[in-house]
Amino acid sequence: MNHETFGLSTNLFAFLDWHDFFFLLFAGVACVAAVMVVLSDNVVRMALHLVLSLGATAGLFFLAGAEFVGAMQLMIYVGGTLVLLVFGVMLTAQTQLVALRTPAGDRVIAGILAAALLAVLVQAAFSIESWQKPGQGVATAPTATPLGMALVGVRVDQVAEENLVRPKSGYLLPFEIVSVHLLVVLVGAAYLARAKRRRIPRSVDLVASADSTKPRLPVTASSTLVAGGPK
Amino acid sequence: MTFVLCGVVSVSHYLVVGAILFTCGVVCMALKRNALGVLMGIELVLNGANINFVAFGSEYLAGDGKSVLGLDGEVMALFVILLAAAEAAVALAITLNFYNNHATVDVDRADDLHG
Repeated sequence: MNHETFGLSTNLFAFLDWHDFFFLLFAGVACVAAVMVVLSDNVVRMALHLVLSLGATAGLFFLAGAEFVGAMQLMIYVGGTLVLLVFGVMLTAQTQLVALRTPAGDRVIAGILAAALLAVLVQAAFSIESWQKPGQGVATAPTATPLGMALVGVRVDQVAEENLVRPKSGYLLPFEIVSVHLLVVLVGAAYLARAKRRRIPRSVDLVASADSTKPRLPVTASSTLVAGGPK
Repeated sequence: MTFVLCGVVSVSHYLVVGAILFTCGVVCMALKRNALGVLMGIELVLNGANINFVAFGSEYLAGDGKSVLGLDGEVMALFVILLAAAEAAVALAITLNFYNNHATVDVDRADDLHG
């Protein structure tokens, strides 16, 4: 009996494809965490689920052989952008703002539209024959060096593959544009978020954001809209 | 045998994961009333697109032995990650500014330009 189960388990492990196993693991974590981001109302839990989803996405990148992109995903997204978002959550965490609820009718409509969009996208994903063939499993060389060369303007991968005398130009100009863009954006963000004189929060705002189930336009406001505006 | 654990994962499966993340992100952007929730939806959308780029650029997954995008897919994924970081920084600065002025992060309250 014991021997039987042992043999069965070794057969199972020989039968198992580890790429598929880890794909299912990471894809499941990424998708379930993404759905939980949508479903949870608490913004702190949304941030936690987003960390899980982005981390599992980095695992998917590693599985697909893009190890440099996966490492950048972990460092920039999970390490940088998410820290930024969590700081935003902490700086704006008031009790009535942590859980802003969406009306149930909006949720139903969004669910129907999301199901339609997902059906279209999945149908498109399985519509091309050559995309459905499983990979050959060729061991790929590390991509960090070709990526770095492509970013400074030389496509070493295409020189090796196609015996081009003059290789196609790489990504030097987009790289420069992106770097200057990043600099401008960070200076702008620092300018926008600098400390200013803080206005005393009006009690009207606090009350209005506290009871979120109330409709946005009261009857008097909508009647003035119908009558052609307040003036 | 088309059991999913014996070496059948292809580009299409990665595309399905990207589609699910994209859809979740779009719903998140449309549904959340917290401005930070909208930001998280944008991050999810960009990640779904990134999964597609990497899947099309992967030699390992290519069924014909030659991937569709080659190295371009990974370069594009890197650019998307960088631009997402820039976008998150600016959007967070705008959100904090809005919070300083209005004491809320409810996007429905951002109707100062409402005529």
